[in-house]
Amino acid sequence: MKPELNAKPRLAAGVRLNEKTQDQRMLLMPERALRLNGPSLEIVQLCDGNHTIQQIAEKLHILYSKAEPRRITDDLLGYLALLHDQRAIDFV
Amino acid sequence: MTTPLALVAELTHRCPLHCVYCSNPLELTKRTTELSTETWSRIFREAAQLGVLQADFTGGEPLARPDIIELVRAARQAGLYVSLITSGLPLDEAKLAALVDAGLDHFQLSFQGAREETAQEISGTQTHRQKLRVLEWLKKHRLGVTLNFVIHRQNIHELEEMLSIVEEHKPGTVEFASVQYYGYALANRSSLLPTREQLDFCVSTLRKAEERLKSKTRIVFVVPDYYAKYPKPCVGGWGRKLMLISPDGTALPCHAAAILPEIQFENVMNKSLREIWKSSPSFNKFRGDDWMQEPCKTCDRHEIDFGGCHCQAFLLTGDATATDPVCSLAPTRPKVDAILATINNAQQFAPTRIEWVYRPNPT
Repeated sequence: MKPELNAKPRLAAGVRLNEKTQDQRMLLMPERALRLNGPSLEIVQLCDGNHTIQQIAEKLHILYSKAEPRRITDDLLGYLALLHDQRAIDFV
Repeated sequence: MTTPLALVAELTHRCPLHCVYCSNPLELTKRTTELSTETWSRIFREAAQLGVLQADFTGGEPLARPDIIELVRAARQAGLYVSLITSGLPLDEAKLAALVDAGLDHFQLSFQGAREETAQEISGTQTHRQKLRVLEWLKKHRLGVTLNFVIHRQNIHELEEMLSIVEEHKPGTVEFASVQYYGYALANRSSLLPTREQLDFCVSTLRKAEERLKSKTRIVFVVPDYYAKYPKPCVGGWGRKLMLISPDGTALPCHAAAILPEIQFENVMNKSLREIWKSSPSFNKFRGDDWMQEPCKTCDRHEIDFGGCHCQAFLLTGDATATDPVCSLAPTRPKVDAILATINNAQQFAPTRIEWVYRPNPT
């Protein structure tokens, strides 16, 4: 199931980023941890319950201006669907 | 060499429950030899420096430690993700709020059944009503919640009722953990091992529940490995994912390892976590495949299950380096089949009173 563009993703209860001081940024959750690199870290940091998916996509379009915007949005939706399946995020 | 993902902190062996399947060793650590707050805090810092991401507070009952709030704060300050694995018994609303305030990330509440009388029989204590109260208190916090139902022959028939509790409270995760046969569980195995019919019921019921609960609650099912075709990888592989510190500071690769003879386990009072993890003979004992026997040594699966569980191999065959006897390829598999046969071929279980071996409390 692909999330709607006006949904606002946020980290699910019990899910958080590790400290900035640790060299590898990770998303920590019960009994699991996901490694975050480049765009995945930028996306997760915007999953704060305030930004809509559309707004996150627009920020990524600016950050990655060489890539095709449509492609970025599709990848974003795919990644958020994956995080949702893993119960790392929910939507407000 | 990998770095461990999790540090399992067995803070104490004291516990208000007396569960007949407790995974603690038969020889429990006394209160007087428990590690101090300062030593635990040092362990958490050393663990984080070693690359550990998570601290799982367990016991016994971790809430039996009067310094539990300080310990949660210390682990969180060290940079670890903190889970509390608890019966919820010595807890009230104020203490829960203080734990959350100290930085607790994840609360795992264990259940002995879906009914008070079952929970009482299994844990030798009145527990169930208190757990339902804890579930209500948890709603006031934004905290990771896992419900853990330990399942076995005496409570599998309550599975639908357990699922009703899950559906009502919608925790992030629910674990249906089949009893594994070590320690007290091994002593009570003949009353705990489920029948094949029960296992099939369990699998089909949980499959349906997975559909209903999709994207609400993650269901984790720990299979009763006597029925498995291949063994479980010993805690993700001996000395690969996890380090357990027992209440007196002994560093173990898994909950049961202390039963293995001829291995000297280190103590955190004498060595750093890094030294123990990287170079102790005990943690290196079953790394790699030099120690393996056939059929593991030449088996395609030995990078998946690492030969299975050494403690189980030792308990059932007397040899910790043998292939885990639950493996269908193990030469000793007939021993497991014989145990299953006694359970599955019995005509009917006479409704007599079960003579449980309850877990005592250390002094």
